[in-house]
Amino acid sequence: MAEIAVETRKLSLWYGTFQALFDVDFRVKKGMITSLIGPSGCGKSTLLRTINRVNERLGYVRTRGTVEVMGEDILGEHVELARLRKEVGMVFQRPNPLPLSVRDNVLFSHRLHRGDTSVTKADEEDLVEDALRQVLLWDDVKDRLDRKATRLSLEEQQKLCIARLLPVKPTVLLMDEPTSALDPKATKALEELIWGLRGAYTILIVTHNMAQARRASEECAFMLMGKMMEVGPTDGLFLAPRLPETADYIEGRYG
Amino acid sequence: MSMFAETSLNQRNRRVEWLVRATFLMMTIILIVPVALILGVLVTKGAPALSWEFLTAVPREGMTAGGIMPALVGTIWIVLVALIASVPIGVAAAIYLSEYAPDNWLTRVINLAIINLAGVPSIVHALFGLGAFVTFAGFGTSILAASLTLAVMTLPVVIVSTRESLQSVPHAFREACWNMGATKWQTIRRVVLPNSISGILTGVILEVSRTAGETAPIMFTGAAFFLPFLPQSVFDQTMAMSLHLYVVSTQVPNVPEALPYGVALVLILMVLTMNATSIAFRVYLRGKRKW
Repeated sequence: MAEIAVETRKLSLWYGTFQALFDVDFRVKKGMITSLIGPSGCGKSTLLRTINRVNERLGYVRTRGTVEVMGEDILGEHVELARLRKEVGMVFQRPNPLPLSVRDNVLFSHRLHRGDTSVTKADEEDLVEDALRQVLLWDDVKDRLDRKATRLSLEEQQKLCIARLLPVKPTVLLMDEPTSALDPKATKALEELIWGLRGAYTILIVTHNMAQARRASEECAFMLMGKMMEVGPTDGLFLAPRLPETADYIEGRYG
Repeated sequence: MSMFAETSLNQRNRRVEWLVRATFLMMTIILIVPVALILGVLVTKGAPALSWEFLTAVPREGMTAGGIMPALVGTIWIVLVALIASVPIGVAAAIYLSEYAPDNWLTRVINLAIINLAGVPSIVHALFGLGAFVTFAGFGTSILAASLTLAVMTLPVVIVSTRESLQSVPHAFREACWNMGATKWQTIRRVVLPNSISGILTGVILEVSRTAGETAPIMFTGAAFFLPFLPQSVFDQTMAMSLHLYVVSTQVPNVPEALPYGVALVLILMVLTMNATSIAFRVYLRGKRKW
């Protein structure tokens, strides 16, 4: 039985009076790539954003139920958001590198979280190279580490946005439609890199692209109207969905 | 008739286009002419008065001869002290209002009040400074009182221009930082400030150069009619360029014609130098920023 990295129990969430999630029970296996699919507005992004508590910034969000990361409750009052967000990194639809050099982008989070521990320049260089190698970007940008990250191509920017999460050794990477701003070639490159990260990180990826879910995930979860409908190995879910709603969605009858 | 030949509709559009363009050009010329005239008159009439002595000597013979050094130095003092007082407060307040304050009715009222404060006439600030700094705080008529009065007067504008610079930094950068677990201050220090500093500095320096020309606020609070010494501390009174210009133009008999023009020219050159510095700063810092 695989270890569980993220688990929600009876998770409900309201934006004001609108209920976006209904008693979601969901387990994400450690070290696996899990895709979240479902029609627009089904709550998949909301669920994703609850796992590092980005949603709360809106101010009018209420939750009920529990969310655990590596067996620890993350919704309680004692939870330090800075540490949660170090453990649970997030990648967005549009690449959002900071207006700093490529190197400073990769080191940004590490610098935030390392406190007073001394780190030599050489250590930092190693971190940068290691992170950029993990996202298959090192060879492309190794001569441009001092260039502004905002000048890279969109594909490079998005890879960088993944790379900058890695030096702090997160457990979970959340990705909210990470390729929807990219062209097909860049999408393929991103999928390859995400596939390469499995095992080292637990990856939860929201996607509108059924083919992507099928190609680039090991587990797949289907949501509808704020409810978790069906979770299972990707192949199984696509070949033999248990529920008629799942079958309808993956065959493109709505969505 | 050819398919693409001109019709009367096209002709009318073209005439309107010409008319609109000519009107806007005319307005631009109307805008430029007075500025050019002022500068032209100042340079032609004031240039003969300029000399090394004019800048480095004290006024003599009932301010009809000699130089303007005490006023020049006094203005620099007043401006610098006003800068030291207003910039930290203004920038910090702007950061609070832009980055920390919750978006509620109180914040909106405060923002509105600040904008309106910028419209308070300078003579009102002058009387406030007289009451608050000269009398109540006991600074007497001094550089400190004059500078604080100017600082109060310029604060709203410093706050508004700083806030605008801060808000020109795209929100997505802040989100990105927060999502990596950065605190607000870490976000501000590492991302927001480095990318807005050029705008902040420009706003501040432009504001300061405006300060250099103010007369009413310093007249009651620190500027002297005639005082042929250089100030030794912020508790001294001093002459100032703006007041000196007023005095030699209207209050003193038998002033040579070139003298007031010379004073005005030096004052304008001071302000232009400061503005040029601010623009140079901006260009320099802009070059380092790209997104």
